[in-house]
Amino acid sequence: MELTETHKPMTQFSDREKTPFWRDARFLRIAVQALVVILVVVLISVLMGNLNQSLRQQGRQFNFSFLFNEAGFNIGESLIPYTPNDRYYWAFVVGLVNTLRLILVGFVLTTVLGVIAGIASFSENWLLRKLSQVYVELVRNIPLLLQLFIWYFGVYYTLSAPPPGTNQPNDVLFGLAFTSRRGIAIPWPANTATSFVSLVLLIAALVTAVLLWRWRLKLMEEQGTSGKPQLIAMGVLGAVGLLLLVVGLGWQVPQLNQVGEPEGGLRLSLEYTAVLSALVFYTGAFIAEIVRAGIQAVSKGQWEAAKALGLRSGLVMQLVVFPQALRVIIPALNSQYMNLAKNSSLALAIGYPDIFSSATTALNQSGRAVEVMTLIAITYLVINLVISVLMNTLNRTVQIKER
Amino acid sequence: MTTTLPPSSSNAPPITQVGPIAWMRKNLFSNWLNSLLTVIILTTLLNLLVSFLGWATTTAQWQVVPANWSLYFAGRYPAAQFWRLFTVLGLIAALSGLTWGVLVRNVPKLFDRNVLIGVAIVAVITVLLPTPLPYRLVLLGIEALLLGSAWIGKKIGRAKPVVGQWLPFVWFLSFFVVLWLIAGGFGLPTVSTSLWGGLLLTVFMSVVSIVLCFPLGVALALGRQSSLPVVRWLSILYIEIIRGIPLIAILFIGQNMIPLFLPQGVRPDNILRGIIGLTLFSSAYLAENVRGGLQAIPKGQTEAANALGLNPLLVTSLIVLPQALKISIPAIVGQFISLFQDTTLLSIVGIIDLLGITRSILANPQFIGRYWEAYTFIGIIYWLFCYAMSWGSRRLERQLNTGH
Repeated sequence: MELTETHKPMTQFSDREKTPFWRDARFLRIAVQALVVILVVVLISVLMGNLNQSLRQQGRQFNFSFLFNEAGFNIGESLIPYTPNDRYYWAFVVGLVNTLRLILVGFVLTTVLGVIAGIASFSENWLLRKLSQVYVELVRNIPLLLQLFIWYFGVYYTLSAPPPGTNQPNDVLFGLAFTSRRGIAIPWPANTATSFVSLVLLIAALVTAVLLWRWRLKLMEEQGTSGKPQLIAMGVLGAVGLLLLVVGLGWQVPQLNQVGEPEGGLRLSLEYTAVLSALVFYTGAFIAEIVRAGIQAVSKGQWEAAKALGLRSGLVMQLVVFPQALRVIIPALNSQYMNLAKNSSLALAIGYPDIFSSATTALNQSGRAVEVMTLIAITYLVINLVISVLMNTLNRTVQIKER
Repeated sequence: MTTTLPPSSSNAPPITQVGPIAWMRKNLFSNWLNSLLTVIILTTLLNLLVSFLGWATTTAQWQVVPANWSLYFAGRYPAAQFWRLFTVLGLIAALSGLTWGVLVRNVPKLFDRNVLIGVAIVAVITVLLPTPLPYRLVLLGIEALLLGSAWIGKKIGRAKPVVGQWLPFVWFLSFFVVLWLIAGGFGLPTVSTSLWGGLLLTVFMSVVSIVLCFPLGVALALGRQSSLPVVRWLSILYIEIIRGIPLIAILFIGQNMIPLFLPQGVRPDNILRGIIGLTLFSSAYLAENVRGGLQAIPKGQTEAANALGLNPLLVTSLIVLPQALKISIPAIVGQFISLFQDTTLLSIVGIIDLLGITRSILANPQFIGRYWEAYTFIGIIYWLFCYAMSWGSRRLERQLNTGH
């Protein structure tokens, strides 16, 4: 060793060999990571040790066997049969179904509202533009929970107060919808075979119309035909569809019976309607901003080129700008849908029995905080994962195919 | 083959191109669809406005607001100690004035027309508030203090521009003074945190959570971008798990499970548990916002800094992070605004913030059913705070904008 050292001239190479280990990047990288791992492991083991000790002191063990005990609490509304004699796991499933019912309807309505509000901020109509801006500024700057209380106590609870002196439900839409403390009754298709067949036919008509439209465009582009026959066919299809929609579905309008209770139609509880309204209007404002940003991201040249081709401003938006804006909009929508799904847990505050509310009742009854909260966390993580995967798939179909 | 267009002499001459009528033709009645929309919207809005005004002036019983002033603003804070809260307000006003003055020291006129109009509006509102006279006088005094210290701040800023660098430190110190004034101890009678409430608690919790979640969020963002796999994967794990769970679940975990994870007998304060929950939640979102900024910094910046011989710590703290934070200001402030709004969820887990105190006021038989009055009032408060924050962020963005 010494021999080589003395014989070797002091080159840069040997200099680097003698770099002390505390300045060696390779060593430092490993050391820092090892330190982080040790810290995290120590932290987790201390926390877990404390948890074990606390649980042992309360005479409990971490397991999920309580899920098969009798739940014993009532759930206000559910789409699937449930009685207090059912097990805890079934109470969770009922809550999950209620949550899904909330967020799936919420996704559709909030997207419609948000897209309309976002496009409205580019309207030629000054009033509509301002209305859209005021909506966004107002709703985004007020906490969701406060809005939920306003919808529930301020709007629906007040609307459903029985008129003085009577016990009748309120007629809120020219005899089409009634509100009472027991819920809101709205017109809804009848639950018969005819209406089911009509629904299937309606969907088939819609699919045919889309295919027909594509075929027409293809013919017009490739063969230069006028596209008139297809247009007439679509008109006929539209008329049939309208007929199916109005007559075939067998709409049932709620009617008051002798006791003064609305019968027929669909009855939604006040809690469900309030949570849905709050979520839809709150998320809609954020989606409106995303849509606005997406449309602004489309370069001005696209607008001008489309206008120069003689398209009306409605068609410019529909055919040229919006499809391009979608590429910016869809990735951002993902997080808004996830927010809506997570915010649906606020339903607890006004007593809509979603999964979180079932879980907290179960927690209070069984005292199994760790297990219940683990279940809740996993449920919401899975819901968000599914949303994420679906939206990413949708995103791939919309993005420009590059090679 | 060429075709010549006929001269467009058949077009009617334009009627007017300026003036309100032309404006209305262009913006409200440009075609039949627009006219229809205008009419529908106008009728609906007028209808709503008339019924709201009718309600607000006749049916509404606004008594629920002035009868509970102190509850809305300070919760059950003992009335004998209110002077401490006013002192806090005065201290913050003086510091804000100084900061404002120092920041705009190069503007020729400190109190231009817009500022004067704003000051006048605030003063008129203060005078008209239905509170005892001494409170109004104190509030006017605090406003005067703000303006006075702004003037002093400008003078000082002109004379000694170095002062600006010391302001963050002064703000940092002021936090402890404020904490001492609110909580007591060291000569002042102690006020237990269970008595804090209303807007005081909302603002306190959001400020503390914002201050705590900022460094944590930046650290997580850097961790997620780190080249060390262990650090990166731990950061990703934390961020994604927290972002997948609703805040209310995290607050429940905070309330029910933090005591389980701690040694026997250690039971943190209710409010502290709330702050921990909010901070852990917000830092994950903040990390994503900062990451957006970090990714926007071109790689050339890092390489240039490396070439200058800076070590990784300096590269990050002097070159990359300042630029990344500047880009992500709008997103960060947006996150702070949602954190401020998220404090309302604490009312579900039994902390009496502004929304929580409003719910207990509404549960009082005397004010039962006065939902619209109370919710409108606190809605305005929340709106003002959030709007002020986003306005401030836009100002800050313009101030820091060094692009051309």
